[in-house]
Amino acid sequence: MTQDGCGAPRGDSARLTHARRESPLRATAEFARKALVIAELEARKLRHDPTELFTRAIQPALWLLVFGQVFTHLRAIPTGDLRYLDFMAPGILAQSVLFISIFYGISIIWERDLGIVHKFLVTPTPREAIVLGKALSAGVRGLSQAVIVYALAAALGVKIDWSPLSLLGVVAIVALGAAVFSTFSLIIACLVKTRERFMGIGQVMTMPLFFASNAIYPIAIMPGWLRVIARANPLTYEVDALRALMLPGAASAYGLGLDVLVLIGVTALLILIAGRLYPKVAI
Amino acid sequence: MTTTIQIEELVKVYRGGIRAVDGVSFAVEEEEIFGFLGPNGAGKSTTIKCVIGLLRPTSGRILIRGTDVRENPKLVKRMMGYASQETAIDDRLTGWQNLFLQGRFFHLSRKEIAERGEEVLRLCGLWERRNDSAGTYSGGMLKRLDITAALIHHPSVLFLDEPTLGLDVQTRKVIWEYIERLRTEQKMTIFLTTHYMEEADALCDRLAIIDRGRIRAIDRPGALKAQIGGDIITARLGAPAERLGALVTAITALPETVSVNPMEGDLHRIVARQRGDQLIPEVFALAAAHDVAVESIRLHRPSLDDVYLHFTGREIRDEQGSREEIGKTRMRQRRLRR
Repeated sequence: MTQDGCGAPRGDSARLTHARRESPLRATAEFARKALVIAELEARKLRHDPTELFTRAIQPALWLLVFGQVFTHLRAIPTGDLRYLDFMAPGILAQSVLFISIFYGISIIWERDLGIVHKFLVTPTPREAIVLGKALSAGVRGLSQAVIVYALAAALGVKIDWSPLSLLGVVAIVALGAAVFSTFSLIIACLVKTRERFMGIGQVMTMPLFFASNAIYPIAIMPGWLRVIARANPLTYEVDALRALMLPGAASAYGLGLDVLVLIGVTALLILIAGRLYPKVAI
Repeated sequence: MTTTIQIEELVKVYRGGIRAVDGVSFAVEEEEIFGFLGPNGAGKSTTIKCVIGLLRPTSGRILIRGTDVRENPKLVKRMMGYASQETAIDDRLTGWQNLFLQGRFFHLSRKEIAERGEEVLRLCGLWERRNDSAGTYSGGMLKRLDITAALIHHPSVLFLDEPTLGLDVQTRKVIWEYIERLRTEQKMTIFLTTHYMEEADALCDRLAIIDRGRIRAIDRPGALKAQIGGDIITARLGAPAERLGALVTAITALPETVSVNPMEGDLHRIVARQRGDQLIPEVFALAAAHDVAVESIRLHRPSLDDVYLHFTGREIRDEQGSREEIGKTRMRQRRLRR
């Protein structure tokens, strides 16, 4: 490592392979690789504590068992050919993934307090890669929740489509849904910056998102103004896709293609916004 | 020959008009350890954050090895390593994983990380513990890992913000030795901030006294102390104001006295030209003549405490800070005092 006379960096970049200009393909590959590294390490941090699995099963279990059974019995909600319990199962799946994802953002606040966020910000890595990595790992977390809900639903006699294609589809949709809401949660964390404010807002957000969607009742029975909100809610599209994939004989109201497009589009948009806001949490 | 770090008229004004950094200029030479000494809120952290790019300066120039940060941020970022006040290590990952993540963030390939990672882990003595969870590391180990992670991409300039904050005395000495080794063995130029006098004394080749966003003095610690004068006498004098005033005037008039400054309580600080030990009997004599009681008296060579007081008129004190800061301090102490 020698220094050349005009003050060029001594060996710093020379030894490492950045001197050549990056082609867009290589840059994308590098971006993806970084996101995956983060996703992998975040996933390792997940504690697979048996008690946690149990507690995470309680809420969906209550919804399916109590609410589901009651309303199936009452036949109060018109769900066409489907039994109400079957109708709501994908909704409950989406709901439980939503609940885990929406509190994901608190990890950013914790990381900010530890100084980890600052450490990332002084590197040349684009913020969006960090955010994407976190979204991916939230997807993994969402999947473990999906397994729990599937098990519950099957136990309650919901008729599930077990074909590999359908299962793969559900995996993809659940991952996307988790990505959407965890990134949304990250944005909130970057804006509110403290734990207390975040917890307050998190609670306030989940209910409207859940109730202003087709998770537990079809959109058709909503009043006009609520219908509009539900159509703008990404959860609606997630549930719609899950319903089509999870239940044999159920069809998608908006088309699977549209559902996926909406989810991908919203994810991409949120990741861009979160990438912009990420440095704010550090101030 | 360009200096390694060149800062010209750096200004950072926060929303609300707070001038955290108010026209700071300094230069750091190759392989020098340069420090900012000042209390919380003086502008030390803000300066470092502006230099490494965490904050956007309001105005001023930042040149690293002759390259302006604003013209080529990517190139400059690769030359710099940074360790913040907080120990930015994820407890839930192993030491190696933390390092690996850092390396990836700097675009290093797996092979590069493997080689460099081993090199730096052996350097800081954590190689054997690399696969243990960082949650099991002691405070000193966490700090060493944190500083080491900043080296993963071969920077030649290292920025350390309060490198031994929250650590116990022995561990601090270990960290100082490590920093010194980084300078000599790894040929690094190091810029650090601190509010610990002993740290500035032990480590810095040169230091800048910073207070309320401005630099008050820059020089070698020895030279700064020499500027103050000779010995310092600190005396507690008890008497009503008029008699005290007359006594102070009399002491100031003595040939050996450089200055007399009243401080908190009844303390007075008398700076001697050279021989404080010869000045003391004269002070006693004068006190007796003015009917003032000398309740206690102390003599010492000027330290950085005195330097700081001289240039800023205040002592460095650990100010309480906001509730959020107190919480963070406690959290830090809990982590580091394991």
